[in-house]
Amino acid sequence: MNIITIEHIAKIYQVGTEEVHALADVSLTIGQNEYVAIMGPSGSGKSTLMNILGCLDTPTKGVYDFNGVNVSEMNDNELAAIRNKEIGFVFQTFNLLPRSNALHNVELPLIYSGMSSSERKERAMEALINVGLENRVYHRPNELSGGQRQRVAIARALVTKPSIILADEPTGNLDTKTGEEIMVLFNEIYNAGNTIILVTHEEYIAEHAERIIRLRDGLVEKNEKVENRFIPKKRESHN
Amino acid sequence: MKNFLFELKESLFISLYAIRANKVRSMLTTLGIIIGVTSVVLMSTAIKGIDNAFQKGVSSLGSDNLYIDKWAWFNNDIPWWEMRNRKNLDMDDFKKYEDLAKLPAAIAPTIWTNKKIKYKENNVEGIMISGTTNNYINTTNLSFEAGRFFNDFESRGARNVAVIGFTVAKQLFPRGNALAQEIKIGDVKFKIVGVLDEQGSWVMGNFNPDNQVFVPIGCVFKYFQGEKFRSITINVRAPNSTSVEAVKEEAIGIMRRVRGLSYSEDNDFSINQQEGLLTTINQTIGVIQIAGLFITGLALFVGAIGIMNIMFVSVKERTREIGVRKAIGAKNRTILTQFIMEAAIICLIGGMIGLGIAVTLSMIVNQYLPTAVQADSVILAVVISLLTGVLSGFAPAYTASKLDPVEALRYE
Repeated sequence: MNIITIEHIAKIYQVGTEEVHALADVSLTIGQNEYVAIMGPSGSGKSTLMNILGCLDTPTKGVYDFNGVNVSEMNDNELAAIRNKEIGFVFQTFNLLPRSNALHNVELPLIYSGMSSSERKERAMEALINVGLENRVYHRPNELSGGQRQRVAIARALVTKPSIILADEPTGNLDTKTGEEIMVLFNEIYNAGNTIILVTHEEYIAEHAERIIRLRDGLVEKNEKVENRFIPKKRESHN
Repeated sequence: MKNFLFELKESLFISLYAIRANKVRSMLTTLGIIIGVTSVVLMSTAIKGIDNAFQKGVSSLGSDNLYIDKWAWFNNDIPWWEMRNRKNLDMDDFKKYEDLAKLPAAIAPTIWTNKKIKYKENNVEGIMISGTTNNYINTTNLSFEAGRFFNDFESRGARNVAVIGFTVAKQLFPRGNALAQEIKIGDVKFKIVGVLDEQGSWVMGNFNPDNQVFVPIGCVFKYFQGEKFRSITINVRAPNSTSVEAVKEEAIGIMRRVRGLSYSEDNDFSINQQEGLLTTINQTIGVIQIAGLFITGLALFVGAIGIMNIMFVSVKERTREIGVRKAIGAKNRTILTQFIMEAAIICLIGGMIGLGIAVTLSMIVNQYLPTAVQADSVILAVVISLLTGVLSGFAPAYTASKLDPVEALRYE
């Protein structure tokens, strides 16, 4: 069953008097428990596609069907509700709230969905344990390493049990070793039955996915299965 | 609704976080509100205090009392030069009126003069000396700490006896025992026969009995000024408040005859009463209120602009945070609530500090001027500061709520 179906999507920006076709005509589907990477050079429409897939933005043309619901014509509040319940974001720059501790950061999406305090504490704690941060629950982002911050962000993305995890260059701000650890974590999340969309411009990161969608000039250039998927191995220790 | 309460609670925590994280900035911001609320509370307190004092002062005049005088005390309808040209009221006028008037409960003439009074080494300058008759006491509600008012015999004989007010007694006789002592008014010796209880109404100033010395009116004419030199005032007390109008009508009729006025002539005297004073006071207080409202309104407005400014900066600074919040599901309304809440809390904190300062200040001022901090001042402070917060926080909060999440996430 497909979670995401987009058909002939276009996004046109008005820059001064010129029209910029960030996405010209894109159609694709993403199924349940798929691990998909979206690749492309800068200016390929990668970010625009990610924003549309993440319901942060709506397409100028075309239809976006998310779990059988047409989201291409939703208003701001409806989109916010979809983002809250169905989509878990992981950003390159982590985007944690600097003044709140890890637990509060993970709790945040549950607050917006109106969950009771005790229940969301429990859920957030569980999510933090799942990413191996049970000892860092009350630390603020500036007291955590880059890898730990990204783990908090992943816990925040997972805590609502969303339909898809949307990761935008999740290893971009991390060193290679820490990046690998994060990719191990993504693999575990994938194995647990989640659907992951990974946006990256790094070939070796993209090869962790089952399928790579390559964009160029606002069009899908290639959409093919990865023959020899790279399965990262868990190392003995991570801090 | 349940969701909204959650968001409200969450907004509260977030706002407190944000305020704590920017202590100095928040403090500077509250300054405007502190000043605004302090001035609002102080102003309303002061106005209330002044009003209370005035009302008390007015009632000390007595609602049953009329004062027949050459001058209209509180009325601006008659030009002053016209009143200046009126014939003085003299003792003959008083006696004729006293003979003819049937309705009043008590009538007494009064004349005022200023003198230095002296007891041994103690000098008090500029004391108001009221010359009157023994009947004066019946036109007032004055009570005595010691002694009595001078009697009919002393009054007619213009004996050198004096009744002194509470404050005067305190000044001349710090250790008490004023009764039967001899004081010097000007250069003339008087014996104290009575000391009044404290009346304590500051508004009436020198007319406050506390600050006066009463002597037989004959003494004033004998020692201090000629009988025709100044106009006297006739104090008239009606038997009760319902008969005041009748007493007034009678007084006008008699005085016109006494003064020999023809039909076509206007009254060449005025009948003064408490009502006139009340009207004047209410007008004055009204003016003070409007002026006060304007000034404090200005202070609050400046404070509100400050809050708005800071909130705009805060929104700008936290653009990325707003983006993140929206990405993980915050609705526009949620963001709006959060920032309005922040402004409201800053204002509320400022308001509480302002209230504290105002209460402290009014307690200090209370030693010189009567003020009255009341529960409604507290409510006023809370309501005004919350309102200022919500109003000044709205525009920045609205801007924040309308941010495009994509743009906001990209903001550096």
